[in-house]
Amino acid sequence: MGSDVSGATSTEATTAPSGALLEVTDLVKHFPIKSGLLFDREVDQVRAVDGISFSVDKGETLGLVGESGSGKSTACRAVLQLLKPTSGSVKFEGQEIAGLGRRELRPLRREMQMIFQDPYASLNPRKRVGQIVGDQLKIQKVASGGELRKRVEGLLDRVGLSPEHYNRFPHEFSGGQRQRIGIARALALEPKLVICDEPVSALDVSIQAQIVNLLDDLQDELRLTYVFVAHDIGVVRHISDRIAVMNQGKIVETGPADQVCEHPRDAYTKKLLAAVPIADPRESAARRAERTAAG
Amino acid sequence: MSATPETAPVSPGTGGGPLLEVDGLRVGFATEDGRVQAVDGVDFQLEPGEVLAIVGESGSGKSVTAQTLIGLTRSPNSHIEGSVKLNGEELTTLSEAQLQKVRGRQIAMIFQDPMTSMNPVYTVGRQIIEAIRAHDSKVGKRDAHRQAIELLEAVGIPDADRRVDAYPHEFSGGMRQRAMIAMGLALEPSILIADEPTTALDVTIQAQILDLIQDLNRSRGLATILITHDLGVVAEVADRVLVMYGGKVVERGTLTDIFYDPQHPYTWGLLGSLTRLDQPRPHRLPQISGAPPSLLNLPSGCAFRPRCPHEFGKCKEVPGLEARLPEDPNHRDRCWLTAEQKRRLREVEGRIGLEEPRG
Repeated sequence: MGSDVSGATSTEATTAPSGALLEVTDLVKHFPIKSGLLFDREVDQVRAVDGISFSVDKGETLGLVGESGSGKSTACRAVLQLLKPTSGSVKFEGQEIAGLGRRELRPLRREMQMIFQDPYASLNPRKRVGQIVGDQLKIQKVASGGELRKRVEGLLDRVGLSPEHYNRFPHEFSGGQRQRIGIARALALEPKLVICDEPVSALDVSIQAQIVNLLDDLQDELRLTYVFVAHDIGVVRHISDRIAVMNQGKIVETGPADQVCEHPRDAYTKKLLAAVPIADPRESAARRAERTAAG
Repeated sequence: MSATPETAPVSPGTGGGPLLEVDGLRVGFATEDGRVQAVDGVDFQLEPGEVLAIVGESGSGKSVTAQTLIGLTRSPNSHIEGSVKLNGEELTTLSEAQLQKVRGRQIAMIFQDPMTSMNPVYTVGRQIIEAIRAHDSKVGKRDAHRQAIELLEAVGIPDADRRVDAYPHEFSGGMRQRAMIAMGLALEPSILIADEPTTALDVTIQAQILDLIQDLNRSRGLATILITHDLGVVAEVADRVLVMYGGKVVERGTLTDIFYDPQHPYTWGLLGSLTRLDQPRPHRLPQISGAPPSLLNLPSGCAFRPRCPHEFGKCKEVPGLEARLPEDPNHRDRCWLTAEQKRRLREVEGRIGLEEPRG
């Protein structure tokens, strides 16, 4: 995009304050494109994440926006080591986690959780809600038996569901309720960092606001740190302290949420913001007139 | 497809009067769990060259309303009442073969997901040609091919003469939606029904598609029914708005009415819960509590009652869709509150929204 990309990509973000919970430096994730008759040969690469750097302080929310294919979701997965990064460093509380093995990662999994986009696809339809939320408490040997049940019921209550939902199956719930189950699951192990990958984009408008408010409340109460990924800049700006804009695997602009939205510096950010519909007929008419006049 | 000769062709515009007139439309489906009344008494008129937005959440009946207009909800388990008149001609009683002549030629429809609404094994051009020739077998292949290229050019696909032979997977999402629109325009319909046409697209592409719809609306006088859940999209292109909830229209008015003088608490809630980039961010989003109702088990009285913080005794009765502002007979809503009460109640932290439910 802009000619100043090389500078904007890494410099400003790497100079992170030392209190950072998460520090990502030059993270790269390339996927090979293979071809060949007998032996697969790597013919090219998809540069899904192409050297991004950012840091997130404790208790802060970093919004990650970009269009489909910009590499947001790949970035999240590479940060959590759900995908093995091609190169680069991911530090969680100062500890390097890129390249750690499964076993070494296991204790860290408690600290970092994820909320997924599609609450219809991310809950096992054959498990009861109690199991979905409680299984990891069992796996991590945090609680069992009556104690486990009590904790799960507490979590359900906390995210706005009722403890009686413990024995129900996911299909008995609406989209918004399912997303609440997903949130309860993410919070079960009392993580420090929660990565929310498009947590509201599959939900109805009136439900989106509920989930955004719930995430806000939980952050205040549990002093959570969020990386909030979405394509909807309005939602990202509402919930984030700082915003990073991604385009084609790179971060093109980072800054305080209001500043990025009101005074974008990068050409791509400007283009993105100009395309967001404004729910105000007079303003959007004025903007349209401007757009047609411009070309 | 063997087309039986039709004795009653659909007459083109007779001039005067609305293009499309929907009156008391009700659509119910028999399901194992009981009857679902998806659309429960919808009336509206569409004038030539107008963009009418139907706004609602999932289960509000907006898509079923649109599909019923061209007979897509006809099935053994559905029950359709009311009237849909196109240029004065009743559509609900037409035979399937007669309807076939309305579809495409008079009313075209495009859908949310342009990938699943195209056939992946045929080229884009072939699918457009098929649409043209299915409705007019006299058009030769070569002519249809040329028309397809012109249509693709008209919707802004660059290199149309080469792109016409590409397969849908070779198109990006926005291109596919343009191609769908081209297909819809093939027979020069007077009405385009667009069901969430930009929901699956990125914002920059969405803006282009909305511009295209508006251009077509202006240049061809194409009347458009836009189904969406996104009030931002509505503000960009619509002339008039219907807000649907639980199968009923709860408010209808001009774009200005709905955005600057909304009367129904549900509309306030929708407007309030938007995260707007052009305004300072509120500390907390004014949210609508609860969830949209199940159509199997709608609350009695006003369907929005359980979620409405302003509910009172009268709400146990179903309010009519009435003009409650004496100065504006076309701005109607379904709410028992008086106009003064509404004006007072809808202000939350200096902007329109639904106040937090008590307790």
